[in-house]
Amino acid sequence: MAEFPIEADRLTHVYPGGVQALKTTSLQVQVGEVLGVVGQNGSGKTTLVKHFNGLLRPSSGRLLVMGHDSAGQPVYELARHVGYVFQNPNHQLFSTSVRAELQFGPNNLGLPPAEVQTRVEEAVAFFDLAALLEQHPYRLAFPLRKLVAMASVYAMGPQVFVLDEPTTGQDHEGFNLVRRLVQRLREQQKTVIIVSHDMALLAEVADRLVAMWAAEVIAVGTPREIFADDDVMRRTKLSPPQITQFSRRRWPGQPDHLALTVAEAVSWLNPGH
Amino acid sequence: MTEPIISIQNLSYQYALTEHPALNQVSLDIGAGEYVAVMGPCGAGKTSLSLSMNGIIPHMMAGGIEGKVFVAGRDTAETQVRELARVVGMVFDNPEFQLSQVTVREEIALGLENIGVPRDEMLRRIGEVLEIVGLSGFEERSPLNLSGGQQQRLAIAAALAMYPQVLVLDEPTSNLDPIGKEEVFAVAARLNRERGMTIVIVEHEVEVLATYADRILVMSEGRVVLNGPPRAVLSQVEALGRYHTRPPQVTALAYALEPNEHRLADYPVTLEQALAAIPS
Repeated sequence: MAEFPIEADRLTHVYPGGVQALKTTSLQVQVGEVLGVVGQNGSGKTTLVKHFNGLLRPSSGRLLVMGHDSAGQPVYELARHVGYVFQNPNHQLFSTSVRAELQFGPNNLGLPPAEVQTRVEEAVAFFDLAALLEQHPYRLAFPLRKLVAMASVYAMGPQVFVLDEPTTGQDHEGFNLVRRLVQRLREQQKTVIIVSHDMALLAEVADRLVAMWAAEVIAVGTPREIFADDDVMRRTKLSPPQITQFSRRRWPGQPDHLALTVAEAVSWLNPGH
Repeated sequence: MTEPIISIQNLSYQYALTEHPALNQVSLDIGAGEYVAVMGPCGAGKTSLSLSMNGIIPHMMAGGIEGKVFVAGRDTAETQVRELARVVGMVFDNPEFQLSQVTVREEIALGLENIGVPRDEMLRRIGEVLEIVGLSGFEERSPLNLSGGQQQRLAIAAALAMYPQVLVLDEPTSNLDPIGKEEVFAVAARLNRERGMTIVIVEHEVEVLATYADRILVMSEGRVVLNGPPRAVLSQVEALGRYHTRPPQVTALAYALEPNEHRLADYPVTLEQALAAIPS
């Protein structure tokens, strides 16, 4: 396997009309890594990640997928390696039953029927969709529809998952399911790229964060490094999770006591716990 | 509480072709000037509760209803939706879905034309509500070229132009970025504080609600299962878990340090309360 499933090499993007949506960006994403992409709307997050499966093509520079230049590779070819889960599941779902939706991707990859069946069963088990298989996706409530969209990408078994705002509109249960999915994908040595405003999610699951502002990557680092960087937080107008804010004020000037999760803060306040 | 502006009395509602009631014997009074937040998992009945406050339920939905809803003393079942729109303004989660006009000015004028407001009065109100939501000078802009936060503030302005006494916001920030979320929460809080407007907001952002709301309702399976001031409701960490809802992170921290199921729980629910209450 390629060392970096996704590699951006001096990538830029200019939209027709001349708006520069992405300034020169170089980035390497590793096997088994969970990468968060953060920034306000219009900062270039979606422009960046839409290059990863060929929905956008570089204006200059290169985008390598599994070590190969994506130039000239059609979207359906890149889709073997990079699965993209849209923010709005309605942009993605079109079959008349959940079962057909899950079968579509693996069938399209040309897999033998037995393999398609196995992939669908794995996705159904992981997302707990057995009771919904014969339902029409549009009859499902939004959070369930979103799960079906994720499951349909999961069934294709790509190396790289791009999740665009996976927790938007999700309740607490939906949040927990997304968190479990990401952790399991990491265990399977997948590469997960999450575009999100949900700092609590990213604090828990991300290995690194890419902070974007005005079409530019302004910082790359661990969540701890990014959340502790006052300049980056001020420029991007992002707020760390409440527990991180609490720990920074409770233990000022102690960068090793910057909590990303409630459990971490508990362990420092109550070591015997 | 003063005379309630909204009084929901033993309300049950079931949409046509569904197996379970969306609302199940809900009784609830909301006082004039209150800021009430509604939380709970998807499918708990939060949107149905919102729609019952401006007459969309029962007038524009197919389903069976029992019980009564009074808004400013009027029975919603016997009052037209366009009449109720003058009392209760409604803002939904998807700003694009609500905006239909070519300019910001026309967007606000639309509702006013429907209730026959004269032109001079209309222009005066448009200027006034754009000022309130911080969009003065945007009159000629296309709603489609605004940011998400600006679009949602425009939707609020269009609702405000009807001079409602109540503003109901159903997940108004779920499609916005952090700046947009902050803009919408700030406008709602200012309307409540400075103009005494009654706010009912359905939201998942519990850390924010804990600082703004006078009262928090938690819904589950069509019922209101918790109802009280933020500190009283959000301190019930175990009950929130049973209803698939979570407390603020600082509340979860305080609970983990000193779990207490027996006494009436009283944990910090805001960052400032937590810094004061939790020793290092």
